[in-house]
Amino acid sequence: MKTFTIGGVHPPENKLSKDAAIVALEIPKSVSIPISQHLGVPAVPIVEKGAKVKTGQLIAKGEAFISANIHSSVSGTVSKIDEVIDTSGYKRKAVIIDVEGDEWEAEIDRTADLKKECNLTPEEIIKKVNEKGIVGMGGATFPSHVKLIVPKGKKAEVLIINGVECEPYLTSDHRVMLERAEEMLVGISIQMKALGVEKAIIGIENNKPDAIEHVKKIAANYKGITVEALKVKYPQGGEKQLIKALINREVPSGKLPIEVGAVVHNVGTALAVYEAVQKNKPLIERVVTVTGVNVAKPSNFMVRIGTPVSALLEAAGGVPENTGKVVNGGPMMGKALNNLEAPVTKGTSGILLFPQVASSRKPLHNCIRCGKCITVCCMGLEPYFLAVLAEKNKVEDCESNRIMDCIECGSCLYICPSGRPLLDNMRVGKSKVGQLMRSRASN
Amino acid sequence: MNEITLYSVISLGSIGTLAAVILYFVAQKFKVIEDPRIDLVEEKLPGANCGGCGLAGCRALAEAIVKAESLDGFSCPPGGNAAMQDIAKVLGLVAQESDPMIAVVRCNGSRENSPPKVKYEGAMTCQFAHSLFSGEGGCPFGCLGYGDCVVACAFDAMYMDEKTGLPVILDDKCVACGACVKACPRNIIEMRKKGKKDRRIFVSCINKEKGGPAKKNCAVACIGCGKCVKECKFDAIVLENNLAYIDFNKCTLCRKCVIVCPTNAIHELNFPPRKVKTEEGTPAEA
Repeated sequence: MKTFTIGGVHPPENKLSKDAAIVALEIPKSVSIPISQHLGVPAVPIVEKGAKVKTGQLIAKGEAFISANIHSSVSGTVSKIDEVIDTSGYKRKAVIIDVEGDEWEAEIDRTADLKKECNLTPEEIIKKVNEKGIVGMGGATFPSHVKLIVPKGKKAEVLIINGVECEPYLTSDHRVMLERAEEMLVGISIQMKALGVEKAIIGIENNKPDAIEHVKKIAANYKGITVEALKVKYPQGGEKQLIKALINREVPSGKLPIEVGAVVHNVGTALAVYEAVQKNKPLIERVVTVTGVNVAKPSNFMVRIGTPVSALLEAAGGVPENTGKVVNGGPMMGKALNNLEAPVTKGTSGILLFPQVASSRKPLHNCIRCGKCITVCCMGLEPYFLAVLAEKNKVEDCESNRIMDCIECGSCLYICPSGRPLLDNMRVGKSKVGQLMRSRASN
Repeated sequence: MNEITLYSVISLGSIGTLAAVILYFVAQKFKVIEDPRIDLVEEKLPGANCGGCGLAGCRALAEAIVKAESLDGFSCPPGGNAAMQDIAKVLGLVAQESDPMIAVVRCNGSRENSPPKVKYEGAMTCQFAHSLFSGEGGCPFGCLGYGDCVVACAFDAMYMDEKTGLPVILDDKCVACGACVKACPRNIIEMRKKGKKDRRIFVSCINKEKGGPAKKNCAVACIGCGKCVKECKFDAIVLENNLAYIDFNKCTLCRKCVIVCPTNAIHELNFPPRKVKTEEGTPAEA
């Protein structure tokens, strides 16, 4: 069975919510939709305070190339455009809408009928994906239309669909593959058409045998789409790791996957592309896993963007008494939430509740030079060394030791027996090297 | 004396002589002529290599001064006016008196004033915490309290107060080199004039939020009410982005703004205790 070659760890999988079917969550009384839910330039609000909006209406426009449109996820009145406290505790601009009923834009097809035919040209598809504000649903939220445009001089050979879901606990992609496989596969063929590729591979980790079987059965009817089972290993869902595992090519340092002829999209993105292109539905809701060992009902919810996290927690049976940490995302890459009223965004794949005992870090000791972090680093870096360089502010040395190749998977932090804050320091180093590179570019 | 010894002495001696001659000419050819005054100037500098002058170290400052033939625009924060006067004497120049400066922490969000709402467990550096979240107290402008400034201080002039979780600057040790100012990711520390008899008045807050949100996170935040601006007769206080700032060049240390501040955000340092004026009708504290 295929997998990537360098590094990787095996955290306990704990896929508690894998049998919980996707349930639509009740629409909250008010939503706050941040204008920056994607990588790149924030969108510009085009509605005013007091405006009436319908579900699916454009409320903020992404004007730059790397940006994404934002649509209203509910119908109602814009009560204000103000700064709200986001998951980190900092203030971010958001459009706050008071919900009145649920009236959708007329052009959106809300029926469940499967629309297989797509007669649009690749340009029209890309335009539609851009218009409907589709971003990568895996967590990095990179605007999808940018990935569907093949740069001049490059050639896309294969579309890779990421159904790996290597993060422990999370099951949103798993449920999508089980419940929405048909639509997802149409989405994949639309993406293939936009990219002009003949081949698509869906990579699924072997801990989801039901999903592999189900998708394989349906994919047999679609030309050029194959399903590949992968050995379970974190972080296989990383773009570069998945390319290595599936087509055995290595993306050069500092380059994009298109360099080796591959384009990677998440299964959730494929579904969103289907809905945008075939049903005119913008990205206004997503599947969010709410889970944790002590959670009463680990669930997968279909949530409108902008719903406060607290509403999700309530629907999953409330916050257990001994909860120490609420994490936005999975246990490996997720960040602890600073405030439970923060809204769900396009990149929220899961909410994870850790009990007090499991949430603390290991006690801090000196580095014992065991080299475990080097063994597990999936990018072949030396985390212990980079962390020290970053701590000592040796920015140029960080750069020459390839700190920018770090994908922040957290394997080093997970394995370190001394509890060193390796990734923390490396993130500081990365941001400093980023500043240095930008200042060089502007000179 | 046997032959081997003789030959050795002769051959080594001649190689040595030859090398000496070559080295002599090479030394003449590649001689670096350095201004002897640089050494003299460097002697007068404190030798801390703190970088407070903006140059790489004391030697670099000495070179720059000798090259410029003037003391304008140069200053040595740890050496102060005394060092500059000494240098002026050596070079026969005139040094301008500059006001001594000192670092000031413009945040009073102690554990009591801004109680922690969340617990942080990541790397204990302000740099990283700043990129991650707004701080345990919730104020996105306030001191994080992990002591990057204390680590940066080369003069032992700072320590973290265990009780408040804020850095404290020791007046007698701070040389105003500015290392802590650069180390703070939130730009809380400012270099201010040391003031007469070390007396200083400053707004101990840099929160630019409106009054409500600022006060929600911290009891002693500047809420931008503007009372101090009205009170000040010397135009020393400006209100910008919901935050008052006292210009230390205009401030006459009259202390009137300190009394009117409703949140006690304005701090006075090293002043004698106030006399309680009862006859003028100020309500006595019951």
